[in-house]
Amino acid sequence: MPVITLREALNEALHLEMARDPRVIVLGEDVSGGAGGTSGQRDAAGGIFGVTKGLIHKFGDGRVIDTPISESCIIGAANGAALAGLRPVAELMFADFVGVAMDQIFNQAAKFRYMFGGKARTPLVIRMSFGAGMNCAAQHSQTIYPFMTAVPGLKVVVPSNPYDAKGLLLTAIRDDDPVVFFEHKALYSRKGEVPDGDYMIPFGEAALVREGEHATIVALGRMVPFAEKALDKLNAEGITCDLIDPRTTSPLDEETILESVSNTGRLIVVDESPPRCSVASDIAAIVAQKGFRDLKAPIEIVTAPHTPVPFARELERAYVPGPAQIEAAVRKVLADG
Amino acid sequence: MQLNRDALLQAYRRMRTIREFEERLHIENRTGEIAGFTHLYAGQEAVAVGVCEHLTDKDWIASTHRGHGHCIAKGCDVGGMMKEIYGRADGLCKGKGGSMHIADLDKGMLGANAIVGGGPPIAVGAAIAAKLAGEGHVAVSFTGDGGSNQGTVLEALNMAAVLKVPKIFVFENNGYSEHTGAAYALAGQDLGRRVEGFGIPVFRADGFDFFSVYEAMRQALEIARNGGGPAAVYATCTRYFGHFEGDPQNYRAKGEVEKFREESDCLTGFRARVTEAGLIDAAALDAIDADVLAEIDTATVAAKSAAPPTAADVLTDVYISY
Ligand SMILES: Cc1ncc(C[n+]2csc(CCOP(=O)(O)OP(=O)(O)O)c2C)c(N)n1
Ligand SMILES: [Mg+2]
Repeated sequence: MPVITLREALNEALHLEMARDPRVIVLGEDVSGGAGGTSGQRDAAGGIFGVTKGLIHKFGDGRVIDTPISESCIIGAANGAALAGLRPVAELMFADFVGVAMDQIFNQAAKFRYMFGGKARTPLVIRMSFGAGMNCAAQHSQTIYPFMTAVPGLKVVVPSNPYDAKGLLLTAIRDDDPVVFFEHKALYSRKGEVPDGDYMIPFGEAALVREGEHATIVALGRMVPFAEKALDKLNAEGITCDLIDPRTTSPLDEETILESVSNTGRLIVVDESPPRCSVASDIAAIVAQKGFRDLKAPIEIVTAPHTPVPFARELERAYVPGPAQIEAAVRKVLADG
Repeated sequence: MQLNRDALLQAYRRMRTIREFEERLHIENRTGEIAGFTHLYAGQEAVAVGVCEHLTDKDWIASTHRGHGHCIAKGCDVGGMMKEIYGRADGLCKGKGGSMHIADLDKGMLGANAIVGGGPPIAVGAAIAAKLAGEGHVAVSFTGDGGSNQGTVLEALNMAAVLKVPKIFVFENNGYSEHTGAAYALAGQDLGRRVEGFGIPVFRADGFDFFSVYEAMRQALEIARNGGGPAAVYATCTRYFGHFEGDPQNYRAKGEVEKFREESDCLTGFRARVTEAGLIDAAALDAIDADVLAEIDTATVAAKSAAPPTAADVLTDVYISY
């Protein structure tokens, strides 16, 4: 099987689906780039992370639309296009820019289907890069998916590897509801095996990344490879854990998590977000409510602190949860009972 | 020209400081020591300085992601800025903000801003405060051609006009927003006419020429400081470097920047103008060049060797820690 990066996997999914379905359009700032430039070269960017590279040459500027800097209108236009029968894939370069487009996401897109009595379909994907790790500072590094997960009407995807990224993006574009698709900027170059053709990964089905007996670790996005690192170390001492990657936070595969906890009796949830109202606290609450009797020790959450994301390398390093904190959390739940 | 010799020397020094600062960062960036995004302002110095030479510490400015020039023009400490960009503990924002978030409230600098279009509404608020204080101070926002397409900017234009606040909108059209040309993304092309649509007087300036910007800003301020409500300065210019450091700029024609550097550079133009008019001799300007070079060198060396923050600093400057 070909080994490609997460960036390339997403790019493949877009190429496949645009070729298959003429209703799919891509829009956003610099998704191609070079429009109005003096060199005349289009696709000068191909998305600032390169995810939409090459699309304009195949599908033209009618379907690959470079927009002005107007996030609110990018999402609003995607909403309208979706209602009118297209299947737009809108890009917000950085998840933080959700702030500018928030109304169109959570008051508009998320609510059409319900508010219009089930009559509307909003087959819309909003892609965005997220996360810390590249010293992009407070307004270009947040996780944002907890906000989106809290909104009824949105589906939320957070892939951790190239294989999942491709299959989930194909599912997202074919889904009839608005999907917010989070791409960790430090994972774009992560490599993995990805089949050439078309395949879908259903939403609400977690991946069991590793199997073990002593505890259950639930981790998302970049925290998945970090948890694997922690486990490599713990495994050498005979400590093994289930490592579950929910892949979508909404819908959430509660069943897989609860079943694992019923076997291990211990839970650690790892989330790059600040702790309050995070996906970590959400999953911890679900397990406390529905799996209480299976727990042998208090649940541990490993998160960023309740601060904005700092700039300096030393600060950001201290901010982002890493393998060492995950390892310590596993040891703690094991010592606790 | 109402500028005396000292004022001219100061304006030149400020422009030269911005240029050296940015040229040095461009070189230092290659060492990999500087983290994150750095957007350089070189080429546009005449705009920041032409605007800010009119302002005091009690006037406010709200800047952009390309903020170094605005900061220096507003009087932010160059050493503190350099340390901030290097992410040092005693940087202007303790290493917490970095290049895109340099702020110094004591200097009336409300912050660079990593959200395009974030600044103008903030400056409207500062203008409300200035209006209530009644001391003739103003608030200024800087916005690029790309940023001018953001809804927040249009809201700020309208609200400033409705509220008749002492606010100057400075628009810097450098031809590009990231990898996209203003020729494509700016509907109507003449941004000035768009602003005039709000009933806001617009003073157009050649952004390569300090004197042109200085004069446009003087006229804008005459309105804003005297209760006439908002005004705008619209300057056309170019940026000498990529959108961010590392940008290959394949959307630009070959030789485009070189031509601007040769034919329209604001420092060269300023030098020619004041020496030919016999206002200042070349030696005085050379002395400033040498001085600034030394200052930037000192700032860079100091920033490189300054102590970084520690992990414990993550949890300071917040009202609660979890
Ligand atoms: C809300 C938001 N959208 C997009 C970006 C990404 N971005 C940063 S700068 C920039 C281009 C800005 O162009 P312009 O306003 O002309 O300023 P210039 O870079 O030319 O100084 C873009 C798209 C951002 N930082 N914030
Ligand atoms: Mg611009």
